[in-house]
Amino acid sequence: MGKYVLIESRDPFDSADCKNFRDLASGLAKGGNEVAFFLTQNGVLPARRGCAAEGSLAELGRSVSVLADEFALRERGIDADALVEGVRPASIDALIALIMEDGRKALWH
Amino acid sequence: MAKTLTLVLMDPPYEKETTTTGFRIIESALRQGHNVKVFAYEGAVNLTMKDQQPHPNPVKGTTVEQEQHPTTKDWVAALFRMGSGSPKLEWINCGLCVDERGAGNWIEGPRRGGPKELAEWVQATEATLVIPTK
Repeated sequence: MGKYVLIESRDPFDSADCKNFRDLASGLAKGGNEVAFFLTQNGVLPARRGCAAEGSLAELGRSVSVLADEFALRERGIDADALVEGVRPASIDALIALIMEDGRKALWH
Repeated sequence: MAKTLTLVLMDPPYEKETTTTGFRIIESALRQGHNVKVFAYEGAVNLTMKDQQPHPNPVKGTTVEQEQHPTTKDWVAALFRMGSGSPKLEWINCGLCVDERGAGNWIEGPRRGGPKELAEWVQATEATLVIPTK
């Protein structure tokens, strides 16, 4: 089975195709692949508790590792303790570690 | 163990946050000891244009110094200083994209290339990340 890191940079209220990217992540996980889903830029916005999109992100977090870029969170004034359950803050260094992992493919949206 | 990342950038400077994120990715990879090969195409060939200048803000009445306006060519130059030895930063500006934009006067470091070099990089390096424009 494969390993993937999917990088979501868009806000679902700005880009309706974010759902397709989340579906791709969950589909890969259901297929037995190891998937990390890294939120960056406006992609971190739905990770706030109380956001209308939080449900789908929390659901995704039950099947894949969902990480949120600490820098993007800080830029937008989102505290780590305000994140949806299942989403963990992570550094850009952690993203590089994932990208450089043997056999892991990186996809940007 | 040092590996090599091929990073493909497409966005022009001063337009999107992806430029900053791309630079953060390069900086982090170099800092962690990985080599980085950047293929800049379309508007991204303007990231390294030598003639970029910081500017004052006439609306606020602030000077160039007060604005501390960052230019992408200075950021790229700083990344080249990080990646001047081992780990190493390489940067290709797509020649066709450069010619279309008249963007051939760039800082020290990048070189001219094309899709052939990108294909070779992708095949030869451990990881590839493409950051397309929206």
